Amino acid sequence: MRAYARELPLLLLAGLVVGAQVSLSALKVDFYLTQLTMAAWYSLVALGLCLLMGYAGQVSMGQAGFFAIGGYTAAVISTTGMSSWLSIPAGVFVTAAVSFLVGIPVLRLKGHYLAMATLAFGFIVSRIIVGMAIFGQADGISDVPPYPLIAGLAITGKRPQRVENFYLAWGVVIVGLMLALNLVRSRTGRALRAIRGNEEAAAAAGIDVGRYKLAVFVLSAVYAGFAGACLTHFNAGIGPGEAGIMKSVRSVALVAAGGMANLWGTLTVSVVLTFLSLRGAFGLFDDAVFGGILVAIMLFAPDGVFSLLRHGIPSPRGFPRRAKGGR
Amino acid sequence: MSNTLLRVRDLHHWFGGLHVIDGVRFSCEQRLVTAVIGPNGAGKTTLFNLVAGNLAPVSGTISFDGRDIQGLPSFEVSAMGISRTFQATRLFPRMTVLENVMVGRHRKSRAGFLQDMGGALFNSREEHRMREACMDILENLGIASLAGQQALDLPFGRQRLVELARALAAEPRLLLLDEPACGLNPRETEEMAFQIAKLASLDITTLIVEHDMSLVMGISDHIVVLSFGSVIAEGTPREVQSNEEVVAVYLGADNV
Repeated sequence: MRAYARELPLLLLAGLVVGAQVSLSALKVDFYLTQLTMAAWYSLVALGLCLLMGYAGQVSMGQAGFFAIGGYTAAVISTTGMSSWLSIPAGVFVTAAVSFLVGIPVLRLKGHYLAMATLAFGFIVSRIIVGMAIFGQADGISDVPPYPLIAGLAITGKRPQRVENFYLAWGVVIVGLMLALNLVRSRTGRALRAIRGNEEAAAAAGIDVGRYKLAVFVLSAVYAGFAGACLTHFNAGIGPGEAGIMKSVRSVALVAAGGMANLWGTLTVSVVLTFLSLRGAFGLFDDAVFGGILVAIMLFAPDGVFSLLRHGIPSPRGFPRRAKGGR
Repeated sequence: MSNTLLRVRDLHHWFGGLHVIDGVRFSCEQRLVTAVIGPNGAGKTTLFNLVAGNLAPVSGTISFDGRDIQGLPSFEVSAMGISRTFQATRLFPRMTVLENVMVGRHRKSRAGFLQDMGGALFNSREEHRMREACMDILENLGIASLAGQQALDLPFGRQRLVELARALAAEPRLLLLDEPACGLNPRETEEMAFQIAKLASLDITTLIVEHDMSLVMGISDHIVVLSFGSVIAEGTPREVQSNEEVVAVYLGADNV
């Protein structure tokens, strides 16, 4: 039935995850699982941005800032011995609080101005991190302990728990994707898409545009902050590079390549490209590749790479289209 | 004796040095169709935007059902039971006809972020009710068969009806129609007039800003004539048509 058809792709994804683990372990190349685990955590950032940018139409060039706030909060709390379990909840909470306070003024801006303001926010975060001793300045924070869950299981990159952490991260991604899919198919999702489509008409329909923008901004930051906190425990540390501008640009490129208002596309592109990047496939040109992808997408596939499968490669925007067929 | 639903008093609005609304007063009686007409630049659209909450007046009051609403943001005006359409239709792109209409029903439903993230387990009943109610509205307008189509793929005349459906989905008490016949062909105009005339039976009061005299004269109970920001005449269509000043404004008295 219809409800069943909705959950089917998620079940297929779960099957794919199990299949990947079984075959990689059987082929004795399970070191790939580590990068796939990291790619999973990173993809949460892109999924959150997909809700904000793809569905609600609000650009954020500062997602790496939220990722870093989550990660650094978790790192500071767990390395100063404050608490072993508080780090991730605190990382999420601080990210949500900061995004709420930042969101109130910046979301009054639109389009390029919003992009500039969020870019500046990301820049401020990265400068604060490099400037303050508590954040380890240019060295970052290392020796972050594993995050204990139940029955000896922990979020950690240590080898004995490689498979467990692979499933843990992907379990979280599947849940995060499911929550996002539910959201975009609902009243709230329609309101967000309406805001992207036409703010005046959305307000005329009784939608409190400002409140919805703020809520989805905080939600996208929570996805990023949660990913940052978890990945910090997995990597046993975090450095200022995570807060860099290019990390934010990377997320924007992933959502654009995924097709903007397309959660599945964003997840697919994100996992594939992040995995390749982590494997070092792009070498020294890592950032350049993501910047180049963003430019190419805007020119040749503004509806995402998957639209190319359906419609072929269009002429770049602003260039005359060649007539198809006939003369 | 009918009751007044909307009352506009001593309304003034300036754009820079331009006095676009100059002491306008009129009212809309319940379940009647009131039309505001006037030549280009008379201030019709500004008046409309003041009532809908897109602009805050410099001075004067707009009361709806006894409560002052001037200066309220448009989403709050909408929440009080006032829906509007736009002169150039503003349907939401990348959404189906049904989804567009369901956005119009926003205030008749409650689910928030957390409930909606929970999915069908938590919001299916409300979603189902919304869907049914919106399909009924499309049915009434005779466009139920278009429900699954992309709204922006429809011909213009259909888009107009979808926008009307979206406004009706909020179950408004007052419906504001901004030049509903603008850009429609005569047959589509006729259909629009038919649909507007039906609204009174749904307990809806209508305020139309319109250019097209054939539409206005046929369906309005009360007409307010605006010229250079002031009301120069009002009354039934017959009274207004025989008013010398109105004729002069429309035909250009200074050419005589």
